[in-house]
Amino acid sequence: MDIHAFLTPPAESARRKGPYDRIVMSSRVRLARNLREASFPGWAKKPERVRVLELIRPAIEALPDMKDAFSEAMDSLSTLDKQILVERHLISREHAAKSAGSGLVLNRDETFCVMINEEDHLRMQALRPGLQLRQAWTAIDQADSNLEKKLEFAFSPELGYLTACPTNIGTGIRVSAMLHLPGLVLAEQINPIIQSVNKLGLAVRGLYGEGTEALGNVFQVSNQMTLGESESAIVERLEKVLGQIIEHEENARGTLLEKKAKMVYNHIGRAYGILANAHSISSKETMNLLSLMRLGVDVGLFPGVDRALVDELFILTQPAHLQKQHSEKLSAEERDLLRADMVRERLRHVSRPIAKPPPPQSPELDKTEK
Amino acid sequence: MLCCICKEKEATVHLTQIAGDKMQKVDLCEDCAKTKGVNDPTGFSLADLLLGLGASQEIEQAAGGAEIKCARCGFTHADFKKAGRLGCPECYTTFSEALDGLLKTMHKGTRHVGKVPETLRKTRDLSDRLKLLQKKLGKAIEDEDFEQAAIFRDEIKQVTARLATSSVT
Repeated sequence: MDIHAFLTPPAESARRKGPYDRIVMSSRVRLARNLREASFPGWAKKPERVRVLELIRPAIEALPDMKDAFSEAMDSLSTLDKQILVERHLISREHAAKSAGSGLVLNRDETFCVMINEEDHLRMQALRPGLQLRQAWTAIDQADSNLEKKLEFAFSPELGYLTACPTNIGTGIRVSAMLHLPGLVLAEQINPIIQSVNKLGLAVRGLYGEGTEALGNVFQVSNQMTLGESESAIVERLEKVLGQIIEHEENARGTLLEKKAKMVYNHIGRAYGILANAHSISSKETMNLLSLMRLGVDVGLFPGVDRALVDELFILTQPAHLQKQHSEKLSAEERDLLRADMVRERLRHVSRPIAKPPPPQSPELDKTEK
Repeated sequence: MLCCICKEKEATVHLTQIAGDKMQKVDLCEDCAKTKGVNDPTGFSLADLLLGLGASQEIEQAAGGAEIKCARCGFTHADFKKAGRLGCPECYTTFSEALDGLLKTMHKGTRHVGKVPETLRKTRDLSDRLKLLQKKLGKAIEDEDFEQAAIFRDEIKQVTARLATSSVT
């Protein structure tokens, strides 16, 4: 099966809507599970990994949620395909490095994605647009309950679900949300926020998870501890903290527009200027400028422009997605030229930001969507 | 001066270590010093304490220098130190001593709270029920209430039978 024929076109996936989606780009709940009688993938020899894959894959495919799913062994995907899946946040960078004995099953609407033989035998994740942690947890909980009828998971009454890394033991859950926080970054309030979130035992990471930069002012917030706290308690705690971060971001935006409007307009205007006129631009610079444009759309500087236009460019301008649109192998320099061409073309009908936006929309408007 | 780990209590244990030409200092409160196992200043590394929350040290201590090996998958203690991951589910029993302290520093608690696979949950419920019935039976016999005792005995038989079938599947 061809992954590109399967994946939702970026134009469509950028239009997915969810509660608080002007700040919360997506929600995710991941469960780690292992088979009782097999070594963990990092230690198992290839024949054992293959046996585990052959055992797990059909069980996953048979789940009701996995009707018409995309299911493939990692060694039959090209490096480019895997990179595209990473850019879509469907698999981890670690999983992209896997080949024989690892696999991927992804459901039709990209809300349920299972990595087989990543660090654990099973890493299953439920994905939702906007802030929907509870919905994601309910969905993955149900899938897990279905699976345990067919597979015997490693579980100890004292330590819970056993995982390759002791950091995931217990519930094996990671609840996370991807947040767009340009207001807090511009107001220079992001570091204290990160520190206080860390103090609550939650991790703040960059765009692609562990050890990555916060490109485009996008941050991932997730729980770190998995033992000694129930799944629902973790979900609840995350919800609470995310609610506060959302509030802080809205306040930061409000204050900035009130007190430092010129600084904000300047950033957004320059971002537009470069994006709409550059002839060579790196992926990193594009992300950071698109983030400012997204903020511009949010605060009403681009009347009539849909946020989805920016979100689609977020996806399309990443290296693997760009490469995919061209048949010949591109060098980084060539990609920068083609990226700039594409962005210029897309922004051809977007007028430059207006000098003074309409009166600020109250955050309440966003809340009523829920 | 406050403890550099919990940043709450007064530091009473002060340690200085010179490694090469660098000097490092740590100030700890009594409780943190105890949990980090800092009672023998010669036997630990400051860098460990500062950077790795004493993780590798805890493992070292528990292992006592001897090479522990998982009987099922052959994973050794040295492998764990290198990878930071375990070999198989059984390793949690093999290395339980070493893991104890590590889990304490990593997590909120040391006992699982939350979802339990359904088959286990059923077994657990049944064995709880069994314990309760046995208690009631004892009490009934003590009170010479043999009518009640007979009822409990029959129920115990039923529960035992159900427990036997559920743990097979």
